[in-house]
Amino acid sequence: MGFSGITRIKRAKGLLRASVLAIAATAMMQAPMAQAEDSVLTVNMHSDLKIVDPIWTTAYMSRNYGYMVYDTLFAMNTKGEVLPQMVDTFKIADDGLTYDFTLREGLKFHDDAPVTSEDVIASLQRWGQKDAMGQKMLTFVAEMTATGDNSFQFKMNEPTGMVIQALGKPSSNVPFIMPARIAATPPGDQITEYIGSGPFVFLEDEWKPGDKAEFAKFEGYVPRSEPADGLAGGKEVFVDKVVWKVIRDQQTKMNALSKGELDVIEQPAHDLLPLMEQDENIKLIDLNPFGSQYTFRFNVLHPPFDNPKIRQALMYAFDQEEFLFAAVGDEAYFKTCKAMFICGTPIATEKGFEDMLSGNIEKAKEMIKEAGYDGTPVLLMHPTDLTILEPLPPVAKAIMEDIGLVVDMQAMDWQTLVGRRNKQEPVAEGGWNAFITAWNSVDNASPLTTPFLNAGCDKALFGWPCDEQIQSLRDEFSREPDPAKQLAIVEKLQMRVAEYPTHIHLGQYLQPHAMGKNISGAPVSPVPAFWGYKKD
Amino acid sequence: MWPYLLKRILATIPVVLVVMVIVFLMLRLTPGDPAANIAGDAATSEDIAELRVKLGLEEPLPVQFAIYAKNLLKGDFGESFYYKRPVMSMVADGIEPTLSLALFTIVIACLIAVPLGTLAAFKQGSWVDRLIMAFSVIGFSVPVFVIGYVLIYFLAVKLEWFPVQGYQRIGDGVAGWAYRLILPATALSVIFIALIARMTRTSVLEVLNEDYIRTARAKGLPQSKVLLKHALRNAAVPIVTVIGIAIAILISGVVVTESVFVIPGLGLLTLDAIQGRDYPTVQALILLFSLVYIIVNLLIDVAYTLLDPRIRY
Repeated sequence: MGFSGITRIKRAKGLLRASVLAIAATAMMQAPMAQAEDSVLTVNMHSDLKIVDPIWTTAYMSRNYGYMVYDTLFAMNTKGEVLPQMVDTFKIADDGLTYDFTLREGLKFHDDAPVTSEDVIASLQRWGQKDAMGQKMLTFVAEMTATGDNSFQFKMNEPTGMVIQALGKPSSNVPFIMPARIAATPPGDQITEYIGSGPFVFLEDEWKPGDKAEFAKFEGYVPRSEPADGLAGGKEVFVDKVVWKVIRDQQTKMNALSKGELDVIEQPAHDLLPLMEQDENIKLIDLNPFGSQYTFRFNVLHPPFDNPKIRQALMYAFDQEEFLFAAVGDEAYFKTCKAMFICGTPIATEKGFEDMLSGNIEKAKEMIKEAGYDGTPVLLMHPTDLTILEPLPPVAKAIMEDIGLVVDMQAMDWQTLVGRRNKQEPVAEGGWNAFITAWNSVDNASPLTTPFLNAGCDKALFGWPCDEQIQSLRDEFSREPDPAKQLAIVEKLQMRVAEYPTHIHLGQYLQPHAMGKNISGAPVSPVPAFWGYKKD
Repeated sequence: MWPYLLKRILATIPVVLVVMVIVFLMLRLTPGDPAANIAGDAATSEDIAELRVKLGLEEPLPVQFAIYAKNLLKGDFGESFYYKRPVMSMVADGIEPTLSLALFTIVIACLIAVPLGTLAAFKQGSWVDRLIMAFSVIGFSVPVFVIGYVLIYFLAVKLEWFPVQGYQRIGDGVAGWAYRLILPATALSVIFIALIARMTRTSVLEVLNEDYIRTARAKGLPQSKVLLKHALRNAAVPIVTVIGIAIAILISGVVVTESVFVIPGLGLLTLDAIQGRDYPTVQALILLFSLVYIIVNLLIDVAYTLLDPRIRY
């Protein structure tokens, strides 16, 4: 190599050094940008916010959005009790036929208009046309009238124990209160104005689908004086803004959290939890004590699950622990629970399921024989794109094959499954026999809210169970105000479900939030809520 | 030239029509129901059926297509089933990040790949050539998300030189915009560096054996001049073709990179729209991508005439 060659190498080295210095300088200049701002809480939710009308859809993200922007008349605390939220006082007449409510002073919407009883009634009417529990409640209500600007009254057809429970319903559809003009939107149409009276204002201009949604603290919000407890109590906000940032890649989420670019991950993947536990910048907190519940859903319209005995056989064959180990892995994050309405709730009982859900294969084999199973294959839908569900169908398939069923497990994406599960046609014409999903446990914490328990034939959810006894027991439950008697009804209900299974509960799992160690005050709640958060 | 251009532009019309029909039919024939997804898990069959009517999905396919085509002629690409926003406003939001990433990537790739390829050809058979070609093979073989994770781990998490994720709009500051694109563009450029370097080497090698190169050398021209002025320019046609195709690929298909580095571009928009069966959004995006391919190909053909005076249309 000649002199000119050496010179070129020197030049190249100089150039490389200069480039590295330039990058480093840029990095230093930009370093503060990489950190989330102190007054802004940046959160990665489990999905993108797509629909901003929490009455129009039952999607969880829209419900979560609802808790940011709207307030509720009543709300559920961490013990499962329903307490007044927007309501200041309420009185139920001794005969149970009149309910009088008074709103708290100082409630106002984000446009500074006061919240009135007219707004409340209009909101409940819209909700009552969409939500199953709302529909049921309104069958008891003869009349809803405004008795003053901030007071209203329900006149009932007959007494019921469900009014307060329904008004404090924690999950989709939640009876959020909107201005009357917005609530006048037909329930089949989406609202187009996003004004509530909740602790956060939705920043519509900052909403970038697929990227982020932003919420500013509502300065006019008057929290209750009691401390926050679940979805009830004082919703005090300590950050200026909450940003829901869409990050799809689990590894990127974890790296961003570790570096302080994110503050909270709502649902970190279970397989990354051990790594996060070792990260000095990350802490894991379980904010939903009830967790979520896996459920196996039958389609009762077609063989072989049109035969209750075959469905019953599966209740004997399935072992909750096998499913939970496959999907969650770490025992710290799951628990087996034979109570259909969630362990830890006042109506939790194992009645009817004592000898089921524990992997009794021999018993199940006998039942399959007795049922006269003719070898009709079970079409089991297998969603391969949702990590929290993907491991479950292979477990179900193996167990079903063990007891002598023929299983055709078909892989598909979740959207295909969602489209297919609504088809009532036979399997050969695009129908289905079974799939597995998960519900937020609060959805399954009552016979009235558990979506898969509706056995109203064509009125039921996909799977279409059809059973008069289940329906009448649910109805009985809705009329019964005494908790002890409600428990007795639940026991009867579970015994009936053991005979006529509508679905199988496969156990509960916990989904901790991951957050930076500088974050505190996160409220314990079955639904993600963002009041109470502080950022050091 | 102009008649040729006009002919090419007119030829796009049937192509666009075919794309429209194929995409429209493929979406409707793909399993999945947007109404069921939008209505949520606890929605009843009645709710879903009502929503299908509102979304126009219960109309016969020819009617749906006629409505779609009629609106398209008026410049109306429709409204997203989910976000209730005009599809074009969502596409417009995604264009800047994707275009920025594509251009950044292609600039990095060209700046590195063309000199490397030329050098490899010039040093054919030497250790330099083998080293460059080995890098090229590795560049082809390693998936972009692996490169992305490695870069993030070392340069963002360990050294903290760069942010882990995120995109800054150019309107919010050019420095921040460029700074945030360095990692994703670097990760994405590796495969294109490999591709362009190989193509450059092959093209330059072919040219280096031509008589006029020998003549240039015989005239005593410096090697750099021989390489840059005589060899590279004459080898440029296939290189430009590859670069053009790379740009089209980058604009229409950088889903993985956008996902790993959280860049809200067209790739992620397409992925979300397909997963959610958001028909109007998918239709608009595929139409846009097909137009990009057509335009890029046209520009490549035009570039040929500039690079090689023998080519005339």
